[in-house]
Amino acid sequence: MLKYALRRLVYMIPILFGITLVTFLLFNVAGGNPAIVAAGRYATPEQIAMIKAQLGLDKPLFMQYLDFLRQIFTLDFGYSWFTKQKISTLFMDGVGPSLSITVPAFLISLAITIPLGLLLAFFRKSTLDRTILVIALAGISISSVVYVIAGQYVFSYKLGLFPISGWETGWDTRWEFAVLPIIILVVLTVGTDLLFYRTVFLEEIHQDYVRTARSKGLSNRTILWKHVLSNSLVPIITLVILEIPTLLTGTLLIESFFGIPGLGGLIYQSIENSDFPVIKAVTVMTAILYMVFQLLSDLLYAWVDPKIRLG
Amino acid sequence: MAINEAMTQTLTMIEPQTIKKGKSLWTDAFQRLRKDKVAMVSFVVIVFYLALAFLCALNIAFPNYALVDNTIAYQAPSADHWMGTDIFGRDVLARAAHGTVTSLIIGFFGAALSILVGTLLGSLAGYFGGKVDDCVVWFYTTVDTIPYILLVVAFSFVAGHGLKTLCLAIGLTSWVSHCRVIRSEFMKQRGREYVQGAQALGAGHLRRVFFHILPNTFHLALINFSLLFVSAVKSEVILSYLGLGVEAGTPSWGMMISDAKLELARGVWWGLTAATAFMFFMVLAVTLFNDALRDALDPKLRGK
Repeated sequence: MLKYALRRLVYMIPILFGITLVTFLLFNVAGGNPAIVAAGRYATPEQIAMIKAQLGLDKPLFMQYLDFLRQIFTLDFGYSWFTKQKISTLFMDGVGPSLSITVPAFLISLAITIPLGLLLAFFRKSTLDRTILVIALAGISISSVVYVIAGQYVFSYKLGLFPISGWETGWDTRWEFAVLPIIILVVLTVGTDLLFYRTVFLEEIHQDYVRTARSKGLSNRTILWKHVLSNSLVPIITLVILEIPTLLTGTLLIESFFGIPGLGGLIYQSIENSDFPVIKAVTVMTAILYMVFQLLSDLLYAWVDPKIRLG
Repeated sequence: MAINEAMTQTLTMIEPQTIKKGKSLWTDAFQRLRKDKVAMVSFVVIVFYLALAFLCALNIAFPNYALVDNTIAYQAPSADHWMGTDIFGRDVLARAAHGTVTSLIIGFFGAALSILVGTLLGSLAGYFGGKVDDCVVWFYTTVDTIPYILLVVAFSFVAGHGLKTLCLAIGLTSWVSHCRVIRSEFMKQRGREYVQGAQALGAGHLRRVFFHILPNTFHLALINFSLLFVSAVKSEVILSYLGLGVEAGTPSWGMMISDAKLELARGVWWGLTAATAFMFFMVLAVTLFNDALRDALDPKLRGK
């Protein structure tokens, strides 16, 4: 197990190299002259040259790449071109608001989709199964942007149930602003998750042990909740672990639309303003997060399932 | 000897007319699809969209889509304009209909490019294995690890905005899933008897990859194509919202939906509704048809 973990850790190095290389090539080499973007449209050539020197863009490309690597290892990504704040501070400030939207939404979605998925797998091909499947597929066919825009219009403008947008730093007043974004995020994720869990449970429900359990005279409830669910735990936990990075980075669409100062909102703002250092830092950090949690889920998979050969 | 005689006897007992020629995978799938009502309705809807796009592209249907008339800006649906007018007084229904062309172009070229890149890299990696495989796996893990939307954003910064960039950006960033599938399929197939047979007949590597194994993965390409098509059409909306959509003036569902950010608060609901409805039926039809296609092509899924 330890050997496997170490091998996987070593394997992360070339991937990390790839991520930094792709990001660097896209933004520093192909992305045009970032100094012009940073200095603004009406800058004089002298100003551009000064900013170029300030940002270290007058150095050879290889040195620029080393600078970028140093930034990643020290987690010090310099300053945003747009807000002039330290990028690491922007990250730390953004995680809290993002998590207060994504975590509740994720838990609610799990609480809906797992029992419903089990139920649909059990009553597969019934009217109930077909109806809910069609609703889920229809729901997925509408763009997520529509849900966000229409959700705000109906619930905030028309019905006045929630504030239109905004945020509070205090926890007691924050919820007033968080409820509608959470509901919308649940709606956005519930369809795809339901389809996924239904497939997972369908795989299990055709297995022989289900038939054996039934022939022993166990009730359907025991079969579903004890046998099928516990055997499906591996893919479920894997999915949950892989979701964690996306919980941390927040939701670009919802946060930007409702003015929530989370990481998703930060990403939107930096795209709007061509804030290259922030986009670069976000890209690399998200990729690293994703890689780490991928490793965790693989290790867990190997640990739970003895059939997977480790070598 | 006795066994041989018995076998010959049994063989001669089978009447020649009872031996049926086996159906090919494609004939079988086609017959299954024809029996599937949902699949047939979806197919009709898809054909309708194709026809509409064709007529719009030739400017036969809704030729007034770019007609600007500021005196009738933001008019509610009426007999003259069934889905109202937009900020420049253009007919919303015509804009939405012409948006079909844009969406089909993005969906088609984005998905086709993905399939092309995924097939090429996946088949090389799966067939040759070893160093080639290591390189391809390294490359797609890297691409897959970087969040999709940020990769597309970075690409759009490099290549500028517009329809071409959208197709390229979507196509060059969403090939990983198909590459994985093709790679594992090639790993499974490369040792099979028919490939060895081809080798024994003197077929080189390229011939074996492209003429022998590749045709056996076409059904996977077809299924993944429609999945990628749907995701490309959806990506266009999100990219438009991020300000990375098609050129201003080009009718697109993404632009109509993201314009609604400001319009809805003023009570202008028809632009959003028209674009959403047009997109809804197309995406749903392609999704349902793809589901039926997958069931028809994969015998293992039958009965589930």
